[in-house]
Amino acid sequence: MTAVTNGVNVQALLDAREVLKGAPEAAQFTWRASAKWQTGVHSQIKVDSFFGLGEEQKHEAESTFEADHPVIFAATDNGITPIEYLLVGLASCLTAGVASVAENRGIQLRSVESKLEGAHDIRGILGADSDVRNGFNDIKVTFTIDADASKQEIEALVAQSQKRSAVFDALSNPTNITVEVA
Amino acid sequence: MLERGEVANSWRNERWDSLRLLTPNFQSRLPGLRYEGPEPDGYMAMSEVTEFIEAFAKVSAAPVRTGVNVTSVQPADGGYRITHSEGVIQARAVVIASGACNLPAVPPLHEAVPAHVTQLTPFSYRNPDQVPDGGVLVVGGSATGAQLAAELRLSGRPVTLSTGEHVRLPRTYRDRDVLWWMDASGVWDQRHDEVEDLERARRLPSPQLVGTPARDTLDLNALTSMGVELVGRLATVRDGRALFSGGLRNVISLSDLKMERLLATFDEWATADGRAALVGPPERFEPTRVPERSRLQLDLESGEIRTIVWATGFRPDYRWLDVPVVDAKGHLQHEGGVAAPGLYALGLPVLRRRKSTFICGIEDDARAVIGDLARHLAGSG
Repeated sequence: MTAVTNGVNVQALLDAREVLKGAPEAAQFTWRASAKWQTGVHSQIKVDSFFGLGEEQKHEAESTFEADHPVIFAATDNGITPIEYLLVGLASCLTAGVASVAENRGIQLRSVESKLEGAHDIRGILGADSDVRNGFNDIKVTFTIDADASKQEIEALVAQSQKRSAVFDALSNPTNITVEVA
Repeated sequence: MLERGEVANSWRNERWDSLRLLTPNFQSRLPGLRYEGPEPDGYMAMSEVTEFIEAFAKVSAAPVRTGVNVTSVQPADGGYRITHSEGVIQARAVVIASGACNLPAVPPLHEAVPAHVTQLTPFSYRNPDQVPDGGVLVVGGSATGAQLAAELRLSGRPVTLSTGEHVRLPRTYRDRDVLWWMDASGVWDQRHDEVEDLERARRLPSPQLVGTPARDTLDLNALTSMGVELVGRLATVRDGRALFSGGLRNVISLSDLKMERLLATFDEWATADGRAALVGPPERFEPTRVPERSRLQLDLESGEIRTIVWATGFRPDYRWLDVPVVDAKGHLQHEGGVAAPGLYALGLPVLRRRKSTFICGIEDDARAVIGDLARHLAGSG
């Protein structure tokens, strides 16, 4: 295998996989976000700490996100809409997957770009038609990848990245959600 | 040799009526016995498999004690104490040949299925006549799931097939049985210590194959053409609704890509040494047709689905094995068939080679494992 440099430390990931095989408790992570209502439909979300490898962890820096709705929804558009954050998550997860799998397979990437489209019938959230669901009806992701690889190898990268994607799984499979009032 | 039932018991009693071997007759070969009938490219029905195994019991003069059920194997006096339905045996070495398919592996979510839906497994399913009229949900896209979905669809029932990752193969490629290719090109000879991800190779689902006189391909396109509806992997049953993954398109892409890679390795092999004369011209197959929009849920209370067939694989049953060699998932831990000093296994997926679970694959494995066993006896004798 030729040395490729996509900047992913695949060896660390492979080592972690081996270690966690024998230590499933260390593999239990909790990701967190805290949100605070601003005004109208504008909220601010901060992400700072998480739990994993058996102890509390912190990001290098706290991240702050603004979520709002666009002006055509009669809102103030201080940030992207919540459902757009799902596209942000999916895009970044699949892209990370493509880079990791490419590194592992010895494929040098030159550029990886993707466009995401989520088809959304807003009659659901407006309660205009009870047969329409609230969420996306369809999500379409289109990758444009320039790499030292055949078209088939690139397709395999993209397929494998979906297979190992946390966000792809979270969006395509049902998840239990508990919402409580503290 | 202790056999809980009769010779060829699982083939006799634990298979559905229409099942035929996935391997063509010419691959039915055991030491001193091979298929010599008129249809080398055909596939044995279960009655023929039973006869074949019975013939091998005679040819090999194996000392089979039928109707003897082993209830416990435990370490004792430097060997093993085997307790069975007719007594106790002390042995210096034991070979576990009980296979990997003792029980159907049904996911726990089956408990959430409404009571009025009939649930079947490949062990309880025999033929369409026992299945209530109305819709059937077949869960699982392996050889079992594909075959039962096809058979139930042909019986006139509406059939939905839920599939996660699966293995697509054409029945024939370049005029040869696809399993001829697996054998001839050396794929099946790949050793357990050469396989890149052994754990994954050992839990690979069986390929979507069926043994029919017409040598039909039974991939998802074939099922779609028959009118079987495809849905994604069954994720859960909640409030009486079966919820399916929206990832169907990707598991289909993965299968198509893997099949193309495999066929490319066949082509590569055929190009060398003038082997092209052995086979027909290269072929490529239509990509799997993915439904524009697969259903993400099915209301199990609506009456649309009357029966669920769990074609979700099998698992071994080691409840009788009182030796700490079984992992948390219920699989035997072994290195090429050696589980512990004097304790061996045969007939498990990729035990020593990719062909370990095929009839023509047992001979090489058995010779290696018995070699180790003989050395063990010599050393401890």
